[in-house]
Amino acid sequence: MTATSPAEVNAIPLRPMGDLLARLGRSAEAILIPLFALVAAAILFSIFLLVLGKSPAQFFSLLWLGGFGTPFSWTNTLVRAGPLIFTALCVAIPARLGMVVIGGEGALVLGGFAAAAIAIPFIGWAPPLVVMPLMAIAAILSGAAWIGLVGVLRHYRGVNETIASLLLFYIAVAIMNFFVEGALRDPGNPNKPSTPTIGKENMVGAIPGLDVHWGLAVAVVLAVLVWVLMNRTTFGFAARITGGNVRAARAQGLPVGRLIVISCALAGACAGLAGYFEVAAIQGRANASIAAGYGFTGILVAFLARQNPLAIIPVAIFLGGITAAGGLIQRRMGMPDATVQVLQGLMFLVLLVSETLYGRIPFLRPRSA
Amino acid sequence: MNGDSQFSIVLLAMLAGAIRVSTPFLFVSLGECLTEKSGRINLGLEGTLVFGAMTGYAAAYQTGSPWLGVVAAGIAGAVFGAVHGYICKLPKVNDIAVGIALMLFGTGLAFFLGKPYIQPQAPRLPSLPLGAWSDNPQLQTALQINPLFLVGLALALLMWWAFRNTRFGLIVRMTGDSAPAALAMGYSVDLVRFLATTIGGFLAGVGGAFLSLYYPGSWSEGLSSGQGLMAVALVIFARWNPLACFGAALLFGAAGALGPALQSVGVTAGYYFFNAAPYVLTLLIMIASTSPKRALKGAPGELSITK
Repeated sequence: MTATSPAEVNAIPLRPMGDLLARLGRSAEAILIPLFALVAAAILFSIFLLVLGKSPAQFFSLLWLGGFGTPFSWTNTLVRAGPLIFTALCVAIPARLGMVVIGGEGALVLGGFAAAAIAIPFIGWAPPLVVMPLMAIAAILSGAAWIGLVGVLRHYRGVNETIASLLLFYIAVAIMNFFVEGALRDPGNPNKPSTPTIGKENMVGAIPGLDVHWGLAVAVVLAVLVWVLMNRTTFGFAARITGGNVRAARAQGLPVGRLIVISCALAGACAGLAGYFEVAAIQGRANASIAAGYGFTGILVAFLARQNPLAIIPVAIFLGGITAAGGLIQRRMGMPDATVQVLQGLMFLVLLVSETLYGRIPFLRPRSA
Repeated sequence: MNGDSQFSIVLLAMLAGAIRVSTPFLFVSLGECLTEKSGRINLGLEGTLVFGAMTGYAAAYQTGSPWLGVVAAGIAGAVFGAVHGYICKLPKVNDIAVGIALMLFGTGLAFFLGKPYIQPQAPRLPSLPLGAWSDNPQLQTALQINPLFLVGLALALLMWWAFRNTRFGLIVRMTGDSAPAALAMGYSVDLVRFLATTIGGFLAGVGGAFLSLYYPGSWSEGLSSGQGLMAVALVIFARWNPLACFGAALLFGAAGALGPALQSVGVTAGYYFFNAAPYVLTLLIMIASTSPKRALKGAPGELSITK
């Protein structure tokens, strides 16, 4: 989250002090208010735990231990941070145009499935140098088409993008199940319907020195690129104008429809990549396990990061840690696996309530105006 | 001949499915209709539905009475609706985002608290054998109608009448069409919307109780997959008309019954595709019934989702 402030300050050259103070105050707000919301959510969750007769102290120490306490937990955390960055970008890019797209999980599932499916005819004989890019491209294109479709429906038919994207998630899961249970089912895996494995040689390896696959590095680079695109190019500028006021953008002659569709397609491509890495670095095949909820946690990541692509990186690591600690909490405290989901939902709610505080905290509001 | 009878079996199964499956759609869409008429959208009804299903099941199991379960589910839904209504009246808060958060929170909390209730069997709601006059056993099963379905039908009629003919209906519609007008008339916009969202949540909770206490009739984590969300989309399709909501709910119920109905006559190919039928249908209906150019007929003027 701290990543925003230096960049924001650098963005303004020499200007009157009042303006600088105003911008500093705004960045301070953007960091302090979400932090405050997290603390408030932690307090509320502690009360919830106390009502259930569990120890909040034990819960939060396990959360720390399972997410950030040991090198092993850091590995777990970072493995989860990668897909969260991708899926959060899938929310943050359309958000710049004023759209709430929540179907990233659908693009992830379809992207992962497309990657696994396109590899099938090549398994065993084609060199990985051919198969791996092919898989990644299939994932990117199918993800882009999936969320791009949401953009098309929104712009040309006026269909609400939030509902459409969530419906497309259910349809994506149905498409994958249809093939995984039928035509593309691996007969060698009777217990869990899956596509055939893509083979060891086509798997994505680990970043040297870390026990984390390359997906994390790609995600971080992509987040930086999206930040540059959205804040330092005419495309990003036009997108932000469209998000601020569609009519003004139209009056300026901006190609609103193209901006919406391209942004949605980019967003879907990000989520599709998350699916590619889930298949090519973790599962090795496509099955129901790739719909692990990263798309939904990614929504929370994007909102916590206030839709800023750079802020998404630390927030994704933070929430990756919480997700990673889920198993440990489940085992040690005998709590259901939905515990982390409850905590995340509560964080999301309190965060949205905290939006009401912007511009209303006296000591953060400069008097220069 | 054989194909003919199979066709009629599928049709009957879809009719039965339409009646059985449509009730949760009906309740959620009526609740959402009321909320949206007052000018606010609650996308979180999916979470309310799941939480209501869990609460209803748990309450019915603990008390032994399925009807107490329905009441408990309604109250739980009302609490969720009230939370949504309260948060959304704060300035600068986006009602769509709050809905998403409540959807995730509601399902998470239901899975968390509902864990102990996955195994035990709670008493189910009774049904009325309205098909007793027929000697066709399939028709008899098809017309095993749950009282909640009839309550929903009555409610749809009542709401349709009340929106047009009562003071209450007028106030709700005015708040939804123009907040300044409601203010000028001396009504509290926040209060009207808060109440509309709370009652909407109550209805969605009751819809959830139907899921866990009648059909499918047990509590599990996969109980509702998007039915609450589809019901929200259905309200737009029904043009905010409670009677049209009833018809649309029947249509969605029939679409949902297509997969199992085909499977019952031996058509198993594409089972997963037919299971996706309600989602595809919802999407197609949204595409066909909206327009980017003009405001939809009957749309409340203050609604953020149609702007």
